Amino acid sequence: MIGIAYALIAVIILILVPWVGVQGLGLTYLFGVIIPYAAMAIFFFGFLQRLVKWSRIPNPFKIPTTGGQQKSLNWIRQSKLDNPSSTSQVIGRVLSEVFLFRSLFRNLSPRVGTGGSGVTYASAKWLWVFAILFHYAMFTTLFRHLRFFTNPVPFPVRFVEGIDGWLEVGIPQVMVSGLVLLCAISLLLARRLVIPRLRYISLMNDFFPLFLLIAIATTGVLMRYIVGIDVPSVKQLIMGLVSFRPVMIDGIGQLFYIHIFLVSTLLAYFPFSKMMHSLGIFFSPTRALANNNRAVHHENPWNYPVKFHTYGAFEAEFRDKMTEAGIPLDDTLATSTGKE
Amino acid sequence: MGNDLPKLEELSQIDLTMPEAGWMDTPVILRKGMYCHAARAKDIEFLNMPNPRDWRVEDDDWKLPENWQDIILDGLRERLQKFRSLRIFMDTCVRCGACADKCHFFIGSGDPKNMPVLRAELLRSVYRHNFTRAGKIMGKMVGARDLTEKVLKEWWYYFFQCTECRRCSLFCPYGIDTAEITIIARELLNLLGLNIDWIASPVAKCHHIGNHIGMEPQAMKESIDFLCDDIEDITGVRIEPSFNRKGAEILFVTSSGDYYSEPGIFTCMGYLMLFHQLGLDYTWSTYAAEGGNFGYFTSHEVAKLLNAKIYAEAKRLGVKYILGGECGHMWRVLNQYMDTMNGPPDFLETPVSPVTGTRFDNAASTKAVHICEFTADLIKKDKLRFDPKRNDHINVTYHDSCNVARGMGMFEEPRHIINNACNNFHEMPEETIREQTFCCGSGAGLHAGEDMELRMRGGFARANAVRHVREKHGVNMLACICAIDRAAFPTLMEYWAPEVGVTGVHELLGNALIMDGEKERTQDIRGEDLPYLEPEEKGDKH
Repeated sequence: MIGIAYALIAVIILILVPWVGVQGLGLTYLFGVIIPYAAMAIFFFGFLQRLVKWSRIPNPFKIPTTGGQQKSLNWIRQSKLDNPSSTSQVIGRVLSEVFLFRSLFRNLSPRVGTGGSGVTYASAKWLWVFAILFHYAMFTTLFRHLRFFTNPVPFPVRFVEGIDGWLEVGIPQVMVSGLVLLCAISLLLARRLVIPRLRYISLMNDFFPLFLLIAIATTGVLMRYIVGIDVPSVKQLIMGLVSFRPVMIDGIGQLFYIHIFLVSTLLAYFPFSKMMHSLGIFFSPTRALANNNRAVHHENPWNYPVKFHTYGAFEAEFRDKMTEAGIPLDDTLATSTGKE
Repeated sequence: MGNDLPKLEELSQIDLTMPEAGWMDTPVILRKGMYCHAARAKDIEFLNMPNPRDWRVEDDDWKLPENWQDIILDGLRERLQKFRSLRIFMDTCVRCGACADKCHFFIGSGDPKNMPVLRAELLRSVYRHNFTRAGKIMGKMVGARDLTEKVLKEWWYYFFQCTECRRCSLFCPYGIDTAEITIIARELLNLLGLNIDWIASPVAKCHHIGNHIGMEPQAMKESIDFLCDDIEDITGVRIEPSFNRKGAEILFVTSSGDYYSEPGIFTCMGYLMLFHQLGLDYTWSTYAAEGGNFGYFTSHEVAKLLNAKIYAEAKRLGVKYILGGECGHMWRVLNQYMDTMNGPPDFLETPVSPVTGTRFDNAASTKAVHICEFTADLIKKDKLRFDPKRNDHINVTYHDSCNVARGMGMFEEPRHIINNACNNFHEMPEETIREQTFCCGSGAGLHAGEDMELRMRGGFARANAVRHVREKHGVNMLACICAIDRAAFPTLMEYWAPEVGVTGVHELLGNALIMDGEKERTQDIRGEDLPYLEPEEKGDKH
């Protein structure tokens, strides 16, 4: 449980650093330009490095977890998504994991009966619900942020904003995704805190990203709805960064620097963290490979010969017993050596 | 069953609450009844594997080589380069907990380290400490720890408490497969000679004699001849199978459990009757006499070593293709490894059923067909005649054997056979069958006598579902297509669900199959009188 404390302290420090740095020491260029650039670079190269590292490791064997009927006889219906036998079916399976969290949707939980009466199973979809809410809210929020990176703001971004503001309340208009995001992260955190089994397996590495995201989302919400920052200046700063002609603009609120520093931390941390599951799912041998080993040969690049016990050696040992039992011997023994 | 095995009441107390102390602060206690005996020197020596010596689990000194840490870490480094699965599974876990309560060993034991996520963390913690920067610097704070002798013993204890059934992998959002982690962890343990006797001994026997039980060729033939005598007594039909016959069309390979002991031998009788009725041009082999592969529970290399004999023998005999019997992990290996490890077998042909003409394109490369695929096709094409009444005393449910379920996906074929051979078939609850099936608790080489408590705990979830259909539908027979199941279930049923027998699918088929020239059957394959023929019932019907 000490992991929670460490994670919380770490995030508090991460909030204080830009506050002191900008407010106290006036290091706006450091926090507004240098650190975001450095974070982007770490993210980019870290991610790429991981991608290269993973893709260079071979899949010696094709080991999909089969979750449905195999392709066999033509009158038996194959479960194409859960037991893919072709590349397009594999893509379907992976996409169903990426967009719908299909495996998580299966989740069920044993219920222990009283007095040794056994166990029954009930569907347990809460984790799936929280995860879907979180990821889609996160995606929408990120997508909306493109308005700071583009000029003019392209239609899809404005369109999503329009949908996101469907509640049509508040000035500025309330964006549902931001609120859902905060709720979902809180629920994911609550899960880890409340469910004893989750508490037992959770590490600092699990709490830290949650606290960090809460801090990021909270500063975002504060900026938008409560404290208020100079949005045109922010956009000017970001456009400067994007076009590699950074400009410093005075008078952007303190909160912005905290927000952008936390985001920078998240970016720099991302490639070295469990958040790399986002890439990992595409590489997972149990999901991203077809169950067609018997139909199509799969080569193991580091396959090497082994010296197995040959038939010749076997017959040499048991020749007499085999003869006596009437089991035929091999008359061409010279040719029957083991595969090289 | 062992005398030390706790009473049913005790093991029925399922307690999945978590202890106070964190798992890293809880040193492993090797509890008797929960582990197998250590591998013996001679068996390890036989395969030229590292560190052969006689040792005892109970001793403090496991006689490790001096540089054992380097051996393990070098071995881990090597495998991180060779297996994408290992690297991805080390790097992507988010500890969401979806797998935690999916493991039959966790449900039956309540031991938190039997949660798949923690079983993986046992290895992952060492990975972090030695192969990631954060782990090196921040240590325990980020779930990293040094590889000590305590940790090694913990590995040994828990990686031999996993049956590689892959149920957790099905529920993992990233497909992290504990079976894969266990396979590789066992491979590492084997670098130090830390195998268990129940695996090392069958491996040595299989390597040199040809099957796990060490049955020599003449004994194997004798055993199968005995089964043919029994078939003659029951059906009046004499069967003369061939052995090591060159020029046969098909090489038939199954697990040695099928020609060795009850109830496997009844399944074997079913095969023999079916093949005879079809007039199949096939042969047994006394050299490639084992479909099962305990090498797979040792290391990839040993799996390959044992598996290689099947293709070698197919080549020597000049057969066209391979037909495989009912066995679980045998089919994991045949389906997902054999062609890669020892193929492609260009000297074989794409399997075609000589009876129906069906071409098994799903086995076009590996040239190995599962007998349930083969038989289901026969039934669909109306090539077999059945008298399912002969199975009316059997009220059957079907256990999807884990390897065939989650490492192959064969669900409909065996059901098609059962539905045609039997009148009374009831499924267990859907959360416990098909891809969600629960392991027998004795797979992956854990089917020993000394770990009986582990086996009964591990098999609880499966038995619990059997108990359910026994009470609801009066089920009295558990069918399966796995030799380890057939060996393990009788004990498990006796403990958790008495009065439920165990059968293979082809035993049911053998009972119902109408053979040319057979006499009126009064007994089932087991030699038990068929109840529906008993006088009072007969009087009612006629």
